[in-house]
Amino acid sequence: MGNNGNENRTKEMNLWEKLYFPEILHGMGITLRAFFRPKFTRQYPEERWVPPPVFRGRPVLVVEDETGVERCVACGLCARVCPSLAIQVQAAETELDKERYPELFEINMLRCIFCGFCEEVCPEEAIIMSKDYELNFSDPKDAIYGKNRLLTPASQLSDRLAFLKQYR
Amino acid sequence: MIALIALIKVIVLVLVILGTVAYLVLLERKVSAYMQDRIGPNRVGPKGLFQPFADILKLVLKEMIVPENANGFIHALAPVISITVALAALAVIPFGNYIVIGGQKISLMIAHVNIGVLYILAMSSLGVYGITLSGWASNNKYSLLGGLRSSAQMISYELSLGLSIIGVLMIDGTLQLDRIVQSQSAWLWNIVFQPIGFLVFVTAAFAETNRLPFDLPEAEPELVGGYHTEYSGMRWGLFFLSEYTNMIVSSALIVTLYFGGWSLPYVNYAAMMPNLAALLQVVTFLAKTGIVIFVFMWVRWTLPRFRYDQLMNVGWKIMLPLAILNLLGTGAVMLALK
Repeated sequence: MGNNGNENRTKEMNLWEKLYFPEILHGMGITLRAFFRPKFTRQYPEERWVPPPVFRGRPVLVVEDETGVERCVACGLCARVCPSLAIQVQAAETELDKERYPELFEINMLRCIFCGFCEEVCPEEAIIMSKDYELNFSDPKDAIYGKNRLLTPASQLSDRLAFLKQYR
Repeated sequence: MIALIALIKVIVLVLVILGTVAYLVLLERKVSAYMQDRIGPNRVGPKGLFQPFADILKLVLKEMIVPENANGFIHALAPVISITVALAALAVIPFGNYIVIGGQKISLMIAHVNIGVLYILAMSSLGVYGITLSGWASNNKYSLLGGLRSSAQMISYELSLGLSIIGVLMIDGTLQLDRIVQSQSAWLWNIVFQPIGFLVFVTAAFAETNRLPFDLPEAEPELVGGYHTEYSGMRWGLFFLSEYTNMIVSSALIVTLYFGGWSLPYVNYAAMMPNLAALLQVVTFLAKTGIVIFVFMWVRWTLPRFRYDQLMNVGWKIMLPLAILNLLGTGAVMLALK
């Protein structure tokens, strides 16, 4: 390794190794040990993996639990930063303190590359990466997530929010 | 009456073997999975036990494609030769001594041939026709290479196979497989007297059944699928079936020749009720065969494939001299003890 492939690959074998059969038995011993090793296959539909908070799954919009209003102020930074142009935001005015809200917020999950830039750039911590990795669609139209499917209560995202507080 | 009994025996044996083969495929998949830190098929039925039925159903329903330029007749004939010959070899394997039904002794082997060993050798040599013809008739370069390799391999390894058996035949003085079993009582199994012959025989048996490390006729990475590249559906299934049947025959032959067949040390069958003894014999024989079959699979998932020149080197420069030396040694010892 690492010496430009100049290493000498030929190795003199001793008589014991040249007899071949002992080495076959040695190899069979290795496979037999593997036979009894514990298996770590996950039986997927029954056993689902719960990712750790670092995991970047499908991006979602955070909704405050008390007020039921989304944090997003429709500044459009996420749409600007998104390298694959997956996010579309349309702003509108509102009577609330934050004054602006997204009238339309769509993420095309066929375009999203899960880079997490939207989350990073968001000044309000309004768009964050969830733990959802089970994305499948039978129609490209299904892959465009509107507000109805993006809004998620903050209580369900406490893991990721705590993670962001600690590391960002 | 004799014909009827023989017919019943044939039907029972063929059905049992075909069922066993289906489950051997599952076993192989399970064994390979466990050796690779996986679990293997476990979805169809409890613990995946119905997987063989799903596989067979799939094979039967699939289209059998015949290449445009293939020789249709031989293309169809080749898998039939393979499976027929593989099943025919089972006729002389003694699964037990005899059972008694209505005061009549019924032997637990289909055919009492007094040249059983020769018969099996002949059948296993015929098996190569199925493979070579399939490779030839497919009109595909990979298939042809596979068939060619198969015939070359058979010629090289059949010699050592035959020569290594002669040691056993010299000790037991008979070609009849049930007599060979009877002469290996208690722990006096032939493997004790013929360790080198045993190794040569087992190696040659691996080559005869086209199992890894000698699966050059198939050799997926080099030859796509070797001789069965152009086969699909149940015709391909027949090749698969005959490969596993060959494995059963070889394992049964190894057990019969070297591990005392249905004999069990410290058990006196003669003192038992004949039918009970027969049951115990069959169970013993099947257990021993099962262990050998497991070893076949174990080796397959341990060793990589030989290169073609290595295969020829091992066959002609090591196995053949070893077999001849073994033969001479056995003869010398027998002469000295006389």
